[in-house]
Amino acid sequence: MDKFHLFPPQASTGAHEVDTLFFALTLISLFFIAVIFLPILFFCIKYRRGSPADRSNPSSGSNVIEFGWTTLPTLIGLALFAWGAVDYFRIERKPANAIDVQVVGKQWMWKIQHAEGKREINELHIPIDRTVALTLTSQDVIHSFFVPAFRVKQDVVPGKYTSEWFKPTRTGEYHIFCSQYCGTQHAQMIGRLVVMQPRAYEDWLKTGEQTESIVLAGQRLFYNRGCSGCHAPNSTFHAPLLQGLYRKPVPLADGSVVTADDQYLRDSILQPAKQITAGYDNIMPSFAGHLTEEEIMQLVAYLNAIGKQEPPEQ
Amino acid sequence: MNAAVATEIDIKREGEFARPNYLSEHSVRSWLLTTDHKRIGILYLFTILVFFTVASVAAALMRIELLYPTGGLMTSETYNKLFTIHGTLMVWFFLIPSIPAVLGNFVLPMMIGARDVAFPKLNLMSWYLFVLGGAFATWSLIRGGVDTGWTFYTPYSTTYANSHVISMAAGVFVAGFSTIVTGINFIVTTHKMRAPGLTWFRLPLFVWSLYATSLIMVLATPVLAITLALISLERIWGVGIFDPNLGGDPILFQHMFWFYSHPAVYIMILPGMGVISELIACFSRKRIFGYAWVACSSMAIAMLGFLVWGHHMFVSSQSVYAGMIFSVLSFLVAVPSGVKVFNWTATLHKSSIHFATPMLYALAFIGLFVIGGLTGLFLATLSVDVHVHDTYFVIAHFHYIMVGGMVTGFMGGLHYWWPKITGRLYPEIWGKLAALATFLGFNLTFFPLFVLGYLGQPRRYHVYPPEFQVFHVLSTAGASILGVGYVMPLIYFIWSAKHGRAAGPNPWRGTGLEWQTSSPPPTHNFKETPVVTGEPYDYSPEKDVDLDLASI
Repeated sequence: MDKFHLFPPQASTGAHEVDTLFFALTLISLFFIAVIFLPILFFCIKYRRGSPADRSNPSSGSNVIEFGWTTLPTLIGLALFAWGAVDYFRIERKPANAIDVQVVGKQWMWKIQHAEGKREINELHIPIDRTVALTLTSQDVIHSFFVPAFRVKQDVVPGKYTSEWFKPTRTGEYHIFCSQYCGTQHAQMIGRLVVMQPRAYEDWLKTGEQTESIVLAGQRLFYNRGCSGCHAPNSTFHAPLLQGLYRKPVPLADGSVVTADDQYLRDSILQPAKQITAGYDNIMPSFAGHLTEEEIMQLVAYLNAIGKQEPPEQ
Repeated sequence: MNAAVATEIDIKREGEFARPNYLSEHSVRSWLLTTDHKRIGILYLFTILVFFTVASVAAALMRIELLYPTGGLMTSETYNKLFTIHGTLMVWFFLIPSIPAVLGNFVLPMMIGARDVAFPKLNLMSWYLFVLGGAFATWSLIRGGVDTGWTFYTPYSTTYANSHVISMAAGVFVAGFSTIVTGINFIVTTHKMRAPGLTWFRLPLFVWSLYATSLIMVLATPVLAITLALISLERIWGVGIFDPNLGGDPILFQHMFWFYSHPAVYIMILPGMGVISELIACFSRKRIFGYAWVACSSMAIAMLGFLVWGHHMFVSSQSVYAGMIFSVLSFLVAVPSGVKVFNWTATLHKSSIHFATPMLYALAFIGLFVIGGLTGLFLATLSVDVHVHDTYFVIAHFHYIMVGGMVTGFMGGLHYWWPKITGRLYPEIWGKLAALATFLGFNLTFFPLFVLGYLGQPRRYHVYPPEFQVFHVLSTAGASILGVGYVMPLIYFIWSAKHGRAAGPNPWRGTGLEWQTSSPPPTHNFKETPVVTGEPYDYSPEKDVDLDLASI
């Protein structure tokens, strides 16, 4: 990690894609530099003042030429756009079957929790050749989770869940940088990302303090904080059931429909009045200020887990 | 030309200074209450020079701090305040007014054969607003500075920053009105004050670029004012607009900020492009190739520039589809810039090139702007931007445009019109050396930052991993050369304003209307209103002409 380089290490599947396009852009840039700078150099020598060059009938314009050098760069630009857009779509689409990791940014550290429950600060251990998907949020200002070796970056926004994924292809240690200015110690909001062999990763998961998994932690919160009083299947209160909810469309009282994704679950806990499910009253209290970002993530993980279960017979 | 004749001409030219001109009055009152566009241009020149100096010192301190990976010269808080000072002052108190308010104010009315701008008193008010805005900004610095970065991102700026955000926002807010007023003035002047016969397609290209710039100033700046007002509402009274804890949306701020600030990037380059068109035509003694295309490309940039703001937000969590639209539009906005560069290149064909100082700046502009523009394509490319966003790659890119482009254009224009402004010539050899130092120093300062950015060095870090050090050392070394390139003109300009050889009305044998009046020009520019009968840039490369270059 400490050696001088001209080019960053390529340590993920995505890094190769981005670098290929980067080199294509560099080649195209060199092409344009050549077609602009070489004629300028040539003209500067040939047509320097007092040189014997032929200057008769100088042209002051030609629409054919203008159309040419308008159209060609436009077409090249559109091709580059399409290439970048296809890759971007892949970068932004979280793949299935990933190892889920929850990341909370705060001034000035990264708090990370693995699905198994293991916690880290400013470090992230992951196995090689497995897709890892981060769910990120911030508890204060906007941060950005940047891993140069993977060519990925995602802003970490308070009040919002964003995601970022990568599939490491090389073991080793890589930088994590916060790349969105976040205040006094922004430059210290850095970390170490460790890519390990699967066996070593399994061993690492077992070291240190053993905690309950994220889903179990969420379940405990669900019962301790009173969610179950209304939302459990056998509750006497009239509250929406959570089984079978996972990523399903939810009809709202105002006639619109939302998808029950992480952001919806989070908003429903913190701002229950924002989106009222059709057929229910606005009676749920807000839990804003009563739960930490980690706890909300645990609850959402639990809600996703029971959301995948079959809804019970009414 | 023999020595005796030359001396005779010199004596005759010195005599010009005895005649009344716009500089004849010397009282402080005559300056502070002037409505003469030329004097207001000079007031702006001195004012922006002060801010440029402060902001440059901030940059120099940062570059020294970055020599070592662990810093050590200053605290992180100081560093954060320095880059905020640097960005805020350079953008709003130097770059935006640089070419329009100094050179534009000075030459626009003369280029169109007018006695003054359309609203001379409003023009003076614009300078006072600018000074008032600058006073707020200075006050904010004296009280301890701001640490939000020039971008004021929320909710950091509204809720978390413990620095003087409000007074700085107030400074930018007020300075914004000065920009709007100048923009309105230029638009009306261009529409209503053109000399007889000066049709739109006979206008100098600098006027076209100022016109396009003014449209952006008038249409975009109010959005900045609204955004800054909303920041103040949230920061002072806790009205929830951007902070999610108050029910706001921090991404909304970014949309509003860049809706202004991306068009503002074109406020900071279009006037430079206009200057370059003037320089290339004059010093290659040839009509600009594809005049109408160059003129219309300014308008195209002004319009498309309003539709690309989201390319600053590809990793902000805005919608993927929005990102795609902003990306494709960003590729399209690059096309009219390319058209300009191709036309400048074609202008040199069959021309007769004088390598005078302004021409060296023009060539440096093309070189640096092309690199800045091409690296902009990297940033417009969605997947590549995910990696390089908020790294030194971005810093390198926009400095190639803002400094390599706009400041080089400003320096070129200042050298070109200096004989008109002061009536005297600067020493040519020193001018050439300064242009060379600027070009070399600039590249050494900023080219290594592209490599550093792709390696992953984030912006706004005052300490960094040790493997990045070599690039920072190169950059700091370059900055010291660049500094020399900026100090040299400061010295010889001041010297030449008093001791330079008298220039006469038209030392460059220019064909624009501004060269048809004496130097320095009389208060109302022309003894009688000129009548235009032909197209602009009536140069003939076949004829060899002598330009009047000062030898010392």
